[in-house]
Amino acid sequence: MFLTPDNLQALWLTFQVAALTTLILLVLGTPLAWWLARSRGWLARPVGALVALPLVLPPSVLGFYLLVGLGPNGPVGAWMLSLGLPTLPFTFTGLVVASVFYSLPFMVQPILNSMQALGERPLEVAASLRAGPLDTFFNVVLPLCKPGLITGCIMSFAHTVGEFGVVLMVGGNIPGETRVVSVQIFDHVEALEYADAHRLAAVMLVFAFAVLLALQFYNARHAHRSAA
Amino acid sequence: MSSAQTLTLHAQLRRADFALDVQLDLPGHGITALFGPSGSGKTTCLRVLAGLERAARGLVRVGDTVWQDSARSVFVPTHRRALGYVFQEASLLHHLTVEGNLRFGFDRTPAAQRRHDWRHGLELLGIGHLLQRWPHDLSGGERQRVAIARALATSPQLLLMDEPLAALDAARKAEILPWLEQLHESLDVPVVYVTHSLDEVARLADHVVLLDQGRVQAEGPLADMLTRADLPMAQGDGAVSVLMGHCSGFSPSDLLAVYDIDGGHLLLPQSRQGVPRTGTAARLSIQARDVSLSLQQPAQTSVLNVLPARVMDVQESVPGQVLVGLGLGPEGGGARLLSRISRLSCHRLGIVPGLTVYAQIKGVAMVR
Repeated sequence: MFLTPDNLQALWLTFQVAALTTLILLVLGTPLAWWLARSRGWLARPVGALVALPLVLPPSVLGFYLLVGLGPNGPVGAWMLSLGLPTLPFTFTGLVVASVFYSLPFMVQPILNSMQALGERPLEVAASLRAGPLDTFFNVVLPLCKPGLITGCIMSFAHTVGEFGVVLMVGGNIPGETRVVSVQIFDHVEALEYADAHRLAAVMLVFAFAVLLALQFYNARHAHRSAA
Repeated sequence: MSSAQTLTLHAQLRRADFALDVQLDLPGHGITALFGPSGSGKTTCLRVLAGLERAARGLVRVGDTVWQDSARSVFVPTHRRALGYVFQEASLLHHLTVEGNLRFGFDRTPAAQRRHDWRHGLELLGIGHLLQRWPHDLSGGERQRVAIARALATSPQLLLMDEPLAALDAARKAEILPWLEQLHESLDVPVVYVTHSLDEVARLADHVVLLDQGRVQAEGPLADMLTRADLPMAQGDGAVSVLMGHCSGFSPSDLLAVYDIDGGHLLLPQSRQGVPRTGTAARLSIQARDVSLSLQQPAQTSVLNVLPARVMDVQESVPGQVLVGLGLGPEGGGARLLSRISRLSCHRLGIVPGLTVYAQIKGVAMVR
């Protein structure tokens, strides 16, 4: 067997976290991007900065604040405890919540870019063809922003797969619950199991390259089509 | 919509570098051209009509339907206005095929408002063979034709066109103009057409509004507006008169058709294929520079069309040249015609208002 059951478990867990995170981000990030693209108010500026924060912040900083905030003594954690809910740190759910924060800009930014590139014209065209605002959003804006949506999903997924610092802070290292691939590789190296680390690292390398290559081909094809 | 109804546009609007203040009551039928230099507010007027721009104080009414009345805080958003809008550049939704674009508006038009099927404009605009094509596979002219058909598919009460030919080269313009002219014949919807091309005005418009710096400089029927000596259309190099005529006869041996106009008649060469029926209405355009003047009836001339006319006004135009406004017929009571002659000739012939002259017309074009 190329990969040990432990490694396979870590891979499967990583896939689950990334897929769920991407799905949540798609649902939350798309309207957020639309609001950021359309809002003329001042509030869009600080919110835009907040969304971009994970791009520049060390993951450990973000992880630290999430850990504190979501922990039993933090504001969110205390509130959840008062409702009789378990706290999130060191759980699968907590890992997904942290990933959503961490990968937010990777979903929002590409969608926002394509929405801004859209300009006013398609919206005015849709209005002149009797489409109301919601109708226009779903039947004109989203189809025209498909490249941005696809890029956002791929980037969010890939970025979530690649996270380490936030996972370590919020998720810890619980097999089958929070031990994702990046942590697993770290463990292998710590234990001097270089062969196992190599196999898993190689899988990640091939995966990352394949994803980015696919994205390149998609963008090239799309650029060709819209330039025609 | 009955032709007795009118289209009302009263709008006051202020932007950083521009102010619009217009009071227009336009005919509820035919093509109204909004004409003027860029920055004169043509497009803004159109956008206020469509509700894409909200005038601070405005009244927009099509027949009995009120779209905006700021005095009563009424503002109907664009998607609830029964209008068609053709933008300057290709504005097809490029995630949809031609058919998808045509159906987009049709599907969203309430069934009770539909006057025809979405295929209505296909034949009119000659795009039936393009239905399965994608917008990026179409030429500029084809895209604009699809955009017009798409606007028609929503059964609009009002069709708004914002320089639909401006982004096209001369060949594409020539390709699409006949479709627009046909549209005029077969359409029962009033059209407001923004343009800065005098040629398009002469060919398409029935009514002209001249805008300048956000205000209405003049408005009136096409033939009057083109030949008013005080307006820029007559002063420019492309000054042209448009005469409305009816075919009253055809000589097969000479291949000439006779058109009766107000104050005379004109002979027009015709191809064998295009023999006009007697009674057919036509729009004839005559360039001011193609009209020369003579004090006596020229006895021996190759010019086919020589009409007696009376000089109504004389005005300096381009340096060294004068623009002579003529009324056709010996008394000058007929249609108005412009002649551009050199200032020297004007002095030599002693051309002054009231004089009876003979207008030699070197070229007549049937624009429709």
